[in-house]
Amino acid sequence: MIEEPVLTKVLAHAMATGAEFAEIFAEDKRSSSAHLDDGKVEELSSGRDRGAGIRVVAGETTGYAHTADLSEAGLLAAAGAAAAVARGGGGGVRTVALTPVAADRGYAYEVLPEDVPKATKVELLTRANDVARSAGSSITQVSASYADSRRRILVANSDGVLATDDAVRTLFSVSCVATGDTGMQTGRQAIGHTMGYELFDRYDVEELAGEAAQRALTKLGARPAPSGQMPVVIASGGGGVLFHEACGHGLEADLIAKGASVFKGRVGEQVASPLVTLVDDGTMAREWGCFAIDDEGRPAQRNVLIQDGVLTDYMYDYLRARKEGRPSSGNGRRQSYQYLPMVRMTNTYLLAGTDEPDDIIASTEKGVYVKHLGGGQVNTATGDFVFGMTEAYLIEGGRITEPLREGNLIGNGPEVLRMIDAVGHDFAMGPPGTCGKDGQGVPVGDGVPTLRVTSLTIGGTAA
Amino acid sequence: MTGPGADADLLAVVDRVVGWAADGEQVEAVAVRGTDTEIRVYEGEVESLSSAQSQGVGIRVISGGRQGFAYAATFDPDVLGEALREARDNASFATVDEHQALAEPDGVPLPDLDLYRPSLDAFATEGKIELALELERAVRAGDPRIVGLESSEYADTRFEGAIASTTGVRNAGRETSCFLATYVLAGEDETRTGFGFGVAREPGELDPGRVAADAVGRATRLLGARKPPSQKLTVVLEPWVTAQLIGIVGSVLDGESVLKGRSLFADRHGEQVASPLLTLVDDPTDPAAFTATDSDGEGLATRRNVLIEDGMLRGFLHNAYTARRAGTVSTGSAVRGSFKHVPGVGIQAVSVVPGTASRDDLVAAIDDGVLVQDVAGLHSGVNPVSGDFSTGADGLRIRGGSLAEPLREFTIGSTLQRMLLDVAAVGNDLEWLPMSASGVTLVIHDVMVSGT
Repeated sequence: MIEEPVLTKVLAHAMATGAEFAEIFAEDKRSSSAHLDDGKVEELSSGRDRGAGIRVVAGETTGYAHTADLSEAGLLAAAGAAAAVARGGGGGVRTVALTPVAADRGYAYEVLPEDVPKATKVELLTRANDVARSAGSSITQVSASYADSRRRILVANSDGVLATDDAVRTLFSVSCVATGDTGMQTGRQAIGHTMGYELFDRYDVEELAGEAAQRALTKLGARPAPSGQMPVVIASGGGGVLFHEACGHGLEADLIAKGASVFKGRVGEQVASPLVTLVDDGTMAREWGCFAIDDEGRPAQRNVLIQDGVLTDYMYDYLRARKEGRPSSGNGRRQSYQYLPMVRMTNTYLLAGTDEPDDIIASTEKGVYVKHLGGGQVNTATGDFVFGMTEAYLIEGGRITEPLREGNLIGNGPEVLRMIDAVGHDFAMGPPGTCGKDGQGVPVGDGVPTLRVTSLTIGGTAA
Repeated sequence: MTGPGADADLLAVVDRVVGWAADGEQVEAVAVRGTDTEIRVYEGEVESLSSAQSQGVGIRVISGGRQGFAYAATFDPDVLGEALREARDNASFATVDEHQALAEPDGVPLPDLDLYRPSLDAFATEGKIELALELERAVRAGDPRIVGLESSEYADTRFEGAIASTTGVRNAGRETSCFLATYVLAGEDETRTGFGFGVAREPGELDPGRVAADAVGRATRLLGARKPPSQKLTVVLEPWVTAQLIGIVGSVLDGESVLKGRSLFADRHGEQVASPLLTLVDDPTDPAAFTATDSDGEGLATRRNVLIEDGMLRGFLHNAYTARRAGTVSTGSAVRGSFKHVPGVGIQAVSVVPGTASRDDLVAAIDDGVLVQDVAGLHSGVNPVSGDFSTGADGLRIRGGSLAEPLREFTIGSTLQRMLLDVAAVGNDLEWLPMSASGVTLVIHDVMVSGT
């Protein structure tokens, strides 16, 4: 993307005003998508985003500038703008010797989406539409989306790091509306992996469409969710977002450093039930949140965050790690070259336990079974978090009974972690997610086995 | 609209692309350029200073009732030529739709909104840094129980855009905006948080003291908060919460949702859908709105659209496509996420027409209720298609007409349909926020508060 002599020259220019650290992040991303709605292929879209961001760190201050101009002149101008905040340091000429970082994602893409005819992609949409509509006359609307992207990045910094990555992601989703006597209900299902078009050799869009339609149809008969506190069983693969919100964000070192996390100063302590071992793993091949290098040039890592209930470590990016004199944990990510990196999760999951999933439900007298979770949100400073249930049922007398209308559940992270009293042996990853933080979205994965929380507040309307 | 000169080069870019249109096809090009500054301070130092220039062109081609789109983040003519060919190719795979066509000029003049302030360019970076530092100092000095800040931030944008099409749409405009935002932490043993922000067209209009006081007040008044028991109560939504609620209501009143059978209110035109106290308008021509704009995403003039009047459903929002399909005219409500997206349809600056009572008067009239100061998880617990509404919340109990103990970790639940009908009072405290909705204090009866 950029020749090595240009990289060293731009880094030297960025350091000229006395910075301690400089970095070039270059990105070339091609995206394509196709969308079907209301029975029609509405539009195909293609685009290309290309540019570089230059970061300069001097003392406690970071300067950042980005440009869509990848010429030497464009990069030097951005470096000058970023370096302007680092005035007053020692300055002088410094030459950086770049050393390529060996990072391998451990698998190859089989079919690049750019090599697949558009007509073939469009055909997936129409097949999904047909299958979803055939699920019943109550299905009154269907939309389907296909999207792929290929994101090539290059990172070079004044520590001598030179690293590249080439991430191909493919995504497919179906959304249905079902209409009945009680009004309208919706069902959505998505698959997405960091792989090429071979996604569709492994997953069947017709099956996906059927699941989305079924979810909407099931909810036509749903009753209002209860209110108040009760036990909640989360289905395998249905709700890793619980941990993403309950403690994932609270273990990000940038929030820890500012005292904005309830998990501050708690490394080495028992913060969760002994059944909880939580991992954040950027190396997980083909998962939605995996990569070879993070957006700071650090190879992806598998990090154990909580081991048997004991908090083992936080997640770090370059800046936080540097302040604490330790290596980054490979969690420095950014939405695009237009943004500064920060601490972000990758694929976050709870390791399987030994309980029999059926027994977990059978031993729950009265509660809620959440088969599929929606998004969530957390206040890391208080630990209070919510997450949505998009498919849920009542548990009565140890049996799954009636479907429930949608709503949020609310809990407090540190309390909920201690209230996990059963973890099944049936681990599965969930659907692809986008995690938002400070206005930046990045792809993340999550996964859980069947598990039970002894008490969560259900945000329903029934007494 | 600023006339020729400032935006001439952007108009030249879109004119060039439109000039490449082949016989029998419609081409629309939108070009934008933005300059953004974002400054974060922490403990009296600049934590980060980002400056960014971004630009791009989005190209839409409609040929034989088929639409295709492509974009490029550059003004390079070779790349734009390639993008046009790509958009053309994309169109060939779309389903033929007889209603698919670009917007036609409708004779409505663009409103003169004065959204651009040259003073932003002249405002020195040091002055912007000082605003963020002043905000941080004001927060720390605001209350001894403040233990820290997660952020104290100043940001501004200078935005220019131009659009042209083979149907004769052609205009350009520019605007400036800036904001201050902070997120603060109160309490040693048990931390509570509060946010504050202020928006303006130029930095000189920002008031760090007011932003700090809002954040400090929100955080400190929640100290000692507990989970409430579950019961149906009257809730008082603060303007920030109301703005988020009406943003969702607005999203089910657009022509696309109606035509595609995803709107709760599709068949309710002319009917009573809300309390007679509620009048809802979408008015991007109000220069006070943070998201005010003189033209919509297809280049038509924006206008004031009444959605609900005294509780009666009066109209839906339309872009050129949904209007044609519904047999009506565009309401100037085409919206684009950015130059990377085809225009959709939706709210641009929605607000509840204010009532006459102050917030204190509204609270004084409530014997037993909850003041909601913040909500969480609107994206995960509200389904605009079914109307199911459930969000996390925190706030204060109202007892005997006075604010009482702080509450946290509860949800409020109802349906959008019920909440609109259950509006019991509208405050007089209209507040524009950094989003496409404004807020007023809103009193709603019979909302389920779920806690213990």
